[in-house]
Amino acid sequence: MEHQHDAAAHGALGWAVLEVSVVAGVLVVAGAYAAGLRASRHRSPWPAHRTALFASGLVCVAAALAGPLADAARTSFTAHMAGHLLLGMLGPLLLVLGAPVTLALRAMPVRRARALTRVLRSPPVRVLTHPAVAAVLAGGGLWVLYGTDLYPAMHASPLVHAAVHAHVLLAGYLFTASVVGVDPDPHRASVAVRSGVLVVYVAAHSVLAKRLYAHPPAGVDARDAEVGAQLMSYGGDVVDVALVVLVAAGWYAATRPREAAGTRGEVVDGSRPRGAPHPE
Amino acid sequence: MAASTPAEGSRRTTARSGPADLDRRTVLAGVLFGVGVAGSMVDLFVFHLALQWHHFYDRSTTAVAITADGFFHAVTWSITVWGLFLLADVRRRAPVRWGRWTGAVLAGVGGFQLFDGVVDHKLLRIHQVRYGVEHLWVYDAVWIGSAVLVLLAGLVLLRRARPDRSSARPRG
Repeated sequence: MEHQHDAAAHGALGWAVLEVSVVAGVLVVAGAYAAGLRASRHRSPWPAHRTALFASGLVCVAAALAGPLADAARTSFTAHMAGHLLLGMLGPLLLVLGAPVTLALRAMPVRRARALTRVLRSPPVRVLTHPAVAAVLAGGGLWVLYGTDLYPAMHASPLVHAAVHAHVLLAGYLFTASVVGVDPDPHRASVAVRSGVLVVYVAAHSVLAKRLYAHPPAGVDARDAEVGAQLMSYGGDVVDVALVVLVAAGWYAATRPREAAGTRGEVVDGSRPRGAPHPE
Repeated sequence: MAASTPAEGSRRTTARSGPADLDRRTVLAGVLFGVGVAGSMVDLFVFHLALQWHHFYDRSTTAVAITADGFFHAVTWSITVWGLFLLADVRRRAPVRWGRWTGAVLAGVGGFQLFDGVVDHKLLRIHQVRYGVEHLWVYDAVWIGSAVLVLLAGLVLLRRARPDRSSARPRG
């Protein structure tokens, strides 16, 4: 009795530590973004919608990892799936549209900005930010999570839980940035490659949702799995269609006819010149 | 005809936007949008959600069919969006011949429903129009018959709205 109580208390402590770290992490990132805004306030005004998008992305991440939804997700597959949509799809999309790398380049002193640009141009980053590689990391990660015993394991251990969720968030960010990123990307793939990878990714997402509907992970109740799988399918579709629209909108802006060029002042997302801007 | 095709095609033809190119792009935009809407939205909103004749997944499908369905789903949503952006692209270059576009959309919808009714429902038997009904053939006949009518209406409209100077024959 005493022992069980100790174990339960110990487990609860682990989960509490996890939630506190998540909140702390989100606050640190928000603080860094605010510091970037402050450090670059003498430059051209930063679009307010970027700040709003980034902040909404952080809210999605926080809602997925701490608070009532995160609690429910430990027992309900449907709540788990809602959390995953926020953490791996919607949150990353909003964060990417917040253009944090552009803000960092504006805010940093020239030498450090150049160092960051060098990192962005390095071979490992080039490989990781290829849409196909990022898609395998994001989509493949989900297949491993739901196809193996990783799913029950992540609910037994706060550490495994943290590792899985960190992967979902980072891979989701990487994939979204590689397909519709607005930050400078020296190796941006062509519209054709990004659309093609996106089609395969959406297909894999939809196939996985159907598989989960019929073959839920161990320990998930059948009815819960059906609702969760449909949430994954339809919720994922909404974000996926948004990604397709953003790729097409980037193409639309980049192929603007010449006579109409110049009627719109600001460079539109997606038609940004290749390579990182000089942070002067 | 994957989602990447319009992007590549238009990239190559960005410099050339003569009347024949724009007409071809108008028809392509309409067909992509028609096929896309029929494949992604009609099925989802009308038959899955409103009538509930189709199921999310009927559990009898093979792994190959689910995979094919997943790709199909991804491609139809993609071409719906790309069709609209292609239309917007034509529109910013010249006035759109709406008759041509409407004919292409109808041809796309009809062509898709015909394909779905014959190949998916009858030959591959991926899913049926409705489950647990006595006279399935009536549903099939209505489905295929209406598909043929829409396709024909689209082709007629395409032909009637054909630009005079264009030597390209309209295709459905």
